Amino acid sequence: MDKFIPLFVILPLIAAFLIPVFGRFLKAFNKTITLLVFLTLLILSLFYLFAGSQASFVYHIGGWKPVNGVPIAICFLLDPFSGFMLIIINMMAFLSTLYSVSYMTRYTGENYYYTLFAIMVAGLNGVVITGDLFNLYVFLEVTVIASYALVAFGTEKEELEASFKYQVLGGMATALILFSIGMIYWYTKTLNIFDISAILKDSSDYKLIEFTQLMLIAGFGLKAAIMPFHGWLPDAHSSAPSPISAMLSGVVIKAAGLYVIFRLFFNMFEISYVIGIIITVIGTLSMVVGVFLAIGQWDLKRLLAYHSISQMGYVILGVGMGMLILSRNGSEALAALAITGGLFHLINHAVFKGLLFLNAGSIEYRLNTRDLKHMGGLSASMPLTYSTSLGASMAISGIPPFNGFFSKLIIIVAAIQARYYVLALLAVVVSIITLASFLKFQRYAFYNTKVEHEKKKYRDVPFVMILSMVIMALLCLGLSLLIIPDVRDNVLQPAVDVLMRKNDYFINILNM
Amino acid sequence: MSPIVKKVTQLVSGIIFLYGIYIILHGHLTPGGGFAGGAILAGSFILLVLAFGSDVLRLRTKEEGSSLTESLAILAFVLMATMAMLLGTKIFFSNFLPKGHIGELISAGVIPLYNIAVGIEVAAALFTIFLALVIYKEEITK
Repeated sequence: MDKFIPLFVILPLIAAFLIPVFGRFLKAFNKTITLLVFLTLLILSLFYLFAGSQASFVYHIGGWKPVNGVPIAICFLLDPFSGFMLIIINMMAFLSTLYSVSYMTRYTGENYYYTLFAIMVAGLNGVVITGDLFNLYVFLEVTVIASYALVAFGTEKEELEASFKYQVLGGMATALILFSIGMIYWYTKTLNIFDISAILKDSSDYKLIEFTQLMLIAGFGLKAAIMPFHGWLPDAHSSAPSPISAMLSGVVIKAAGLYVIFRLFFNMFEISYVIGIIITVIGTLSMVVGVFLAIGQWDLKRLLAYHSISQMGYVILGVGMGMLILSRNGSEALAALAITGGLFHLINHAVFKGLLFLNAGSIEYRLNTRDLKHMGGLSASMPLTYSTSLGASMAISGIPPFNGFFSKLIIIVAAIQARYYVLALLAVVVSIITLASFLKFQRYAFYNTKVEHEKKKYRDVPFVMILSMVIMALLCLGLSLLIIPDVRDNVLQPAVDVLMRKNDYFINILNM
Repeated sequence: MSPIVKKVTQLVSGIIFLYGIYIILHGHLTPGGGFAGGAILAGSFILLVLAFGSDVLRLRTKEEGSSLTESLAILAFVLMATMAMLLGTKIFFSNFLPKGHIGELISAGVIPLYNIAVGIEVAAALFTIFLALVIYKEEITK
């Protein structure tokens, strides 16, 4: 398996730059090669999951082995946590590309679209598998610069404004991240994440480390759009083309924001109570405020975008509680439960929010509007869009057979067992408000037959769009299986172990 | 632009171009390298466009050419990086060519080749960005 690790970066890059060359002559080359590449990577990441060993692999680029235990080259690291993220990234990339095949015929310049898409996925895969702090920064920039261009892909006034806002805030995040990486490098004289953590373990300069940690939270918080830093998200997510909204909301804010926060604060820094409090508080804040901002929206994609902030709050809440419990030397099983809930909600949110954005795209494809007041009565004319979006709405608001219920349940149970009663109560209340706002979506988009254009007949969207939506709807149901203890132990537990047991875990990595 | 500017640009741009090539080729020996040299190369092209105006040069075709060059240069870079994987050592970015003596022009294995690919890529990319701005402005004024 370890021979294949660089392929996660190489293959999308090759695809991205073959498209401008051959896409000029061959008509369907751009779609075919991106689909093939993402499918290959999805199969590779699933192979890693089902190979059973769940071991960690280190790949030294250029063949530079560590000298006396000091790593001298950039290394790629494939462990269960990054494997888990790779599955999310490549699955969503594949399904969004499948959807794009029909959807993007509305736009010109499809070659550029698929090129940028493949570059974005290369960057995301790179962020997830790299073990080097500066390399992570480079891949992060590759990802976000591609997504700036993709947000502005419509090149109308609204899109350009959203993209500009995203660029300015993303630039600030970049400055903060680069500055804190510089501070860490100055203090530890190394950039390898595991080497840094070995040095930080014995350090005593808490002021510098805490300052760096706060800047990192602000920087990656901007990328992840958690509450005080969320200003760019509703604009960017609502004005991008729908498959890109699905990617941004389903994958980019997770892999480029949350994954890095979790990886750095669990595996690189020592777990501290103060940071645990900060992460939990901003998580709760975005969970609560996000949903209140969402419920008043009439623009469908804006409503979904605010829900992304709120649902990310659940993920951060789960993992933040785990951090708090660990830092107070609480029960390890309880911390593991909270983190499991967070990661479970992470993969669930990728699937159902991706599906909801694709549904919004389908409605926009036929009706050319995103305003809920101008929709209505679509349940009869677009039956498959309706049924998949009903499934996704139930999943996001936590109705039992769907996956969202189980992950929220784990988070709430963990909160109650850890005696954070207020947090548990807030999580329940937010879930109910989420349900209310998705009832609003369902009622105005699919049931409301009072709208005058209701007599006009709409056909359902083309087959490939239906196909990718139906696959995601089935995943919404299928991912509930992760609650079964045996399945959970094989999929989620190894990823949680990476976060929890860093000490006996990465000693092996340095020596590999 | 006046004939003086045009003549001076004609004289100077060739020298700038050569200097860019020098910076790229000596990237593994002296300060600079692919990126710096590529920026200088693009500078010599941009100087010509600025001096002679965008009407004389048929920019549309130039833009296609430079973006094609850009893609090909990146592909060449990726190909060199994966070459070792294909040759059987199975290491990404492995330096598989003989290293030579320190300080000679032909030494350091693959690194000069990487520099050349990066130089072409940066020159083509910067020139494409410049042309995109020029073409955009022309379309606005039409």
